[in-house]
This record gives sequence, C-alpha cells and structure tokens, in this order.
Amino acid sequence: MSEIKQPLLRVENLKQYFRVSKSFTTKAVDGISFEIYEGETYGLVGESGSGKSTTGRSIIRLYNPTAGKIIFDGVDISGKLTKEAEKHLRTNMQMIFQDPMACLNPRKKVKEIIAQGLLIHHKFETKEQLNDKVNRILDKVGLSAEQATRFPHQFSGGQRQRIGIARALVMNPKLVIADECISALDVSIQAQVVNLMRDIQDELGTTYLFIAHDLSMVKYISDRIGVMHLGHIVETGTTDEIFQNPIHPYTKALLSAIPHPNPVVEKARIALTYDKEKEGVDYVSAVQHKITDTHFVLATDEDFKNWYK
Amino acid sequence: METVKKEKKDRVLSIRNLNISFKTAYGVVKAIRGVRLDLFKGETIAIVGESGSGKSVTVKTILGILDSNGIIDDGSIIFNYTDENGEKQSVDLVQMSQKEIRYQFCGKRIAMVFQDPMTSLDPTMTVGKQIMQPMIYHLNLSKKEAKLKAIELLDEVGIDQPEKRFKQYPHELSGGMRQRVVIAIALSCNPEILICDEPTTALDVTIQAKILELIKSIQKKNNISVIYITHDLGVVAKVADYVAVMYAGRIIEKGNINEIFYDPRHPYTWGLLSSMPDTDTKSRRLFTIPGSPPNLLEKIKGDAFAVRNPYALNIDFKEEPPMYDVGGQHRVASWLCDPRAPKAEIPVDLKERIEKMKKEATVYE
Ligand SMILES: Nc1ncnc2c1ncn2[C@@H]1O[C@H](COP(=O)(O)OP(=O)(O)OP(=O)(O)O)[C@@H](O)[C@H]1O
Ligand SMILES: Nc1ncnc2c1ncn2[C@@H]1O[C@H](COP(=O)(O)OP(=O)(O)OP(=O)(O)O)[C@@H](O)[C@H]1O
Ligand SMILES: [Mg+2]
Ligand SMILES: [Mg+2]
Repeated sequence: MSEIKQPLLRVENLKQYFRVSKSFTTKAVDGISFEIYEGETYGLVGESGSGKSTTGRSIIRLYNPTAGKIIFDGVDISGKLTKEAEKHLRTNMQMIFQDPMACLNPRKKVKEIIAQGLLIHHKFETKEQLNDKVNRILDKVGLSAEQATRFPHQFSGGQRQRIGIARALVMNPKLVIADECISALDVSIQAQVVNLMRDIQDELGTTYLFIAHDLSMVKYISDRIGVMHLGHIVETGTTDEIFQNPIHPYTKALLSAIPHPNPVVEKARIALTYDKEKEGVDYVSAVQHKITDTHFVLATDEDFKNWYK
Repeated sequence: METVKKEKKDRVLSIRNLNISFKTAYGVVKAIRGVRLDLFKGETIAIVGESGSGKSVTVKTILGILDSNGIIDDGSIIFNYTDENGEKQSVDLVQMSQKEIRYQFCGKRIAMVFQDPMTSLDPTMTVGKQIMQPMIYHLNLSKKEAKLKAIELLDEVGIDQPEKRFKQYPHELSGGMRQRVVIAIALSCNPEILICDEPTTALDVTIQAKILELIKSIQKKNNISVIYITHDLGVVAKVADYVAVMYAGRIIEKGNINEIFYDPRHPYTWGLLSSMPDTDTKSRRLFTIPGSPPNLLEKIKGDAFAVRNPYALNIDFKEEPPMYDVGGQHRVASWLCDPRAPKAEIPVDLKERIEKMKKEATVYE
C-alpha cells in the first residue's frame, strides 16, 4: 500500500471533567487518544456512563475540554476557538442525536429545519441553489418534496431520524458524530438508517464516529472500534481484531454479553463478567500496549503479560 | 428446553378482542385492532413489532395509563389475582376507570419498568424515599418497616452498600444503577405482573445482561409473570417463553419462542428476522422491509401488510386474514396459511440463517 491514510480527527490525551460539587468531580473522560481516518467509520462502544457521549460532545465543542488536544482536519480545535476555527468546525462537523424529536424544532417545517444550517453559515449563493441543495438531500434520505412541507411530529420515528440525518448532511460535513442515532428505532428501520449512512459514505466519503450499544450493528458498520470503560479507551483495533482477538477483560465481557437471537443457545449461555475492582485492574498507571499496527490495549506491563499470551 | 407442558397453567391475564382508538386533530387513529393475548403464571412473554404497531398502547391499557384521548372501543382484559384474604378474584380492567386501575393495581399487583429510568424517578427525592412510598401507600407499612424492606430490596437488586445508596439522589447513580432502583420500586409491593417496556435499551450489554438475569431470578423466586416489549431480538431470545408479533395494531403471529424463531410463518416476521445484522453478514447492505407502515387514520382494507408484502395474494388486498392455528401454540394471521393458498417459501437467506441457528442450538440441547 503506497497510499498513506490521513487522520481527519486526532484526539490526544483528552480529558473532560465535570465539577459536580465542591468536593466531587466526575472524570467523565480521563485521558483518551485515538484517530479517525478520512472516509472510515470509527465505532465507540462501552459501559453506560463510560464517557462515550461526553467524548462526542467535547469533540464537537459543546464542552470546553479540561485538557488534551483535538486536531480536526489539520486545525487545533481544543482551545479557545478563533472565529475561523469555529466556522470550520460548525460547517464541517455535525452530530446526529438519539432522540430526533429533541433536536427538531416542532414549529418549523422539515424544509426549514434542513435549510437552517445553510442559512446560518451562508453556504449558498442564490435562492435556487439553496432549494436545490435541500431537495437533493431530501431525495438522498428518501423523503419527498411534499413531505418536506410537513412538520416533524407528522413523521414516524424512522422518518424523523432521516430528517436528522438530512439536517446534518446538507452541510456536506467531513465528520458526522452519530450518538445512539438508531437505538430507539425498530430493527427494520435501523437497517434502513444504517444503509442510508453507508450509501452516503460511499458517495461522499463522509467519516463517521458511531456511538452505540448495539454491538452487532457496530460490528456491521465500523472499520475500527474503540472500547471505553470508566473514561478510558481500554482497547482499540480494527473490527476484526476487536471481535476475533479481544485482549482486555472488559472487551471480552462486553462481547460475551451480546445476546444472540438464537433462543436455545441464548437461554443456555452464560456471559463473562468483569469487575475492575475485584480483578484489581489499574487504569491510571496502565499504558497502551501494541499488538499490531492497529490494535492497542490499555494495561500495566504485568497485566499485559497475563492477558496476552 | 422445556418440552413437558404443565397440565393446567393459571391464566393471570387474558386480553380478548381489544380495540383502542385515539381522537386526534386529524381524525381517529385505530391503534389497536382486535388483540387477543394470554399471560400465564410465571411465564414471560415478549411483544415485538414495528414502531407504532401498538405495543406500548396495549400495556398502557393494562396499567391504567392510557393517554386521555384514548378510547377502548371494545374488548376485555380479565385480570385474575389472589386478594389479601387469599381468595381468588377476577376483574375486567376494561370495565374499570383508568383511575381505579391505578388506585387498586398499578404499582401494587401490576408493576412496570420503562426505558428511561430518569423519567420514572423523581430527581428531587432520595432513592430510598421513592422505594418506600408505594409500600407505605399500598401495603400500609410503617415508615420503619418500609425502610427496612427498601434496604433489603436494594440489596436484592444487586446494589452494594444499600444503606448508603438509600440516602442518595438519582443523579448520583449510574444509568444501570438507576434502572435497578426502578426495578426495586417495581418489585416493592410483590406484584403478580411485571411489565417492562424497553427496559435495557439505554444500557450497555453487560449491564443489560445483569438486569435481565436479575429480573429472571426474582421472577423465578416469586413466580411473577413478565411482559417485555423490546426491539432487540437477542433480548427476546434470552428471556421470552412466548412471543407476540404486532403489525399495525394487530397481533399477526404468536407462538412459543422456538416456533417464532425457528419456524416463522408470517412474511412480516420473515422481514423482521431478516433485518437483524447477522454475526457474519457479508453483504454491504442490510435487509430492509420495503415501504412504510400504513396510516392508522385511514381504514385498513384487507391485510395491513399486503402493500409491503412480496408474497401478497389477491385476497390480501380485500379481506383481513383470520388467525390460523398452525399447530402447537403457533397462530398466524396470514392468508398464506390457508390450505387453498399457493405454497410460499421462506426467503432463502433467512432459511439458511435459521438452519445455522438450529445447528448451533444442537450443541446446547
Ligand atoms: N454535564 C454533566 N455534568 C456532570 N456530569 C456529567 C455531565 N455529563 C456527563 N456526566 C457524567 O459523565 C459520565 C459519562 O457520561 P456519558 O454520558 O458520556 O456516558 P456514556 O458513555 O455516553 O453513557 P451511556 O452509554 O449511558 O449514554 C457519567 O458519569 C455522567 O453522569
Ligand atoms: N395519545 C395518542 N394520540 C394519538 N395517537 C396515539 C397516541 N398514543 C399512541 N398513538 C398511536 O397509536 C399507535 C401505537 O402506538 P404505540 O406507542 O403503542 O407504538 P409502539 O408499538 O409502542 O411503538 P414503538 O416501538 O415506537 O414504541 C401509533 O400509531 C401511535 O401514533
Ligand atoms: Mg451516551
Ligand atoms: Mg412503545
């Protein structure tokens, strides 16, 4: 391979703390590093409360990161943002949320919702061009021009999620952060949305950070995966490496807990468990150990010797 | 697998010909159309099906929390229980007002766990108080008794240091712990029926597994009947004895878990099972069911799934299919099950997948 892949996003030692009270601070994200290459899908999975959403929100700068660096498309966006950096970020990075209703203004027609980003950032020259952009994206997500004159509440869950996707994609972003964007949908509609995301990626080369609990979907859509536990990325690798050769005991527990849609097997199977305290696993003095060029695990030297034989 | 069926099972709940509609600004939505379903003692049933097919409305009716614009047009929901004096009672929930149901049963004999623990917990009240409340209200326990029981319950649902947690507020707990608190509240009055609507959707699979196992063990201990609503077919496979598949307000296929997963008959169920990503899905695209669900504001003619159904017969567009008995506990509302219908083969990919599943299963049998 002669082509050197460029990371579109580089996160270095990112920390995001929340001060809950005078005496208590939540270390939601506690020093994570990873890269996402152009045109790929990076899946972020892990325990509830492990900091996945916080990571996504810090990257898109809904928060001010406590420490660390975020380099997006060659620009450092981790500190105080210059006007230019802010504009670059707002137009090239978009987020799709779990609950599409929560981020769709109920009093605005679908068409207006989708055009909003373009209007704010003046990403069009003539009125025709604006209309054209909106219509093209509507077509791409499978909504008709007639439907675009309706209000969000007149749509089903799956259709609303399409509106959310259209709203994000009309900006032609380089990176889309999708946080649990399919978890509230039924299986068939999940499949529709995932297919749609894939089609758009094939066509436009969009890069995704895909945050989800449903590992069978993550496995299906991701090129690489990061596994989070208690604010740390404990393991990262290609989808095959994570699923075929998990090293960290949390990753192993996570994979074994995926329920198989096979009743006889599922009722007999017992999932592995992982208890950090009981097993005495230390994240603070652990370092990244390399297994392959793409596969890393967070471990102390001693743990690594035990886990990787 | 349990093959020996018990002679006579106690029917806890029996829903007959339930029809529910909603008055809206756009007209009347026929949300539930002739649902018939039984729940037996100690049994777990799962209701699956497309968004908007009526799963939540069905269970909300049982709980007496149907939205105020909802009308029960027809049908009955018979609830059989044993009262304080040990006598068997039988009531039709449809004949009671929603308020009466809530006052007499909801939270006491029929308890629920919803998807988002944050919306079912009061952020301004300690979790301990929230567990005590229904016991003081429904069981007339003293504060002291309720507190002891609450700490016991916290321990039972697997929360460590229960005395300490008792004094904490919901936001101080993780998502998985909050859902355990909701389960503790649900179990506090020893319910006969536990209804879980997407109880683990917001949680990761390790915590999901723990919570499902927790519900299972408590169910076994207290012989509770459980109704699950979930989109996750893996969860269904893990917990359910019996499955009802809903489409556009009707149950279109039901049967024991193995009948539904290894021998599905309705084309909608085929589509549903085919949409799951297989562990070794090779193709770049996932299977999806073409088209979209019918508008429930309009009168449905024939089989509601016909327009999306590649196997539809002429009659599907004219008349609603009856429920066919296809053997065992398996019932299917599809004209394809009529003896006069041409034979329709299950899609090849799904057939292969099921063959593979059956092969994997032989190891465990
Ligand atoms: N704004 C905030 N203020 C205080 N604490 C917060 C805030 N946002 C998140 N947290 C805490 O940070 C931790 C990480 O939360 P986050 O939402 O990132 O987890 P997650 O991995 O997305 O979990 P889930 O899978 O349940 O969505 C949690 O302990 C959470 O309670
Ligand atoms: N208060 C209401 N007013 C009008 N229509 C309603 C109301 N509540 C529910 N409906 C309609 O009844 C139908 C069934 O809704 P229900 O919530 O039971 O679906 P569901 O099967 O639980 O779907 P999901 O999987 O998305 O939760 C839907 O078409 C819905 O739009
Ligand atoms: Mg989250
Ligand atoms: Mg529902």
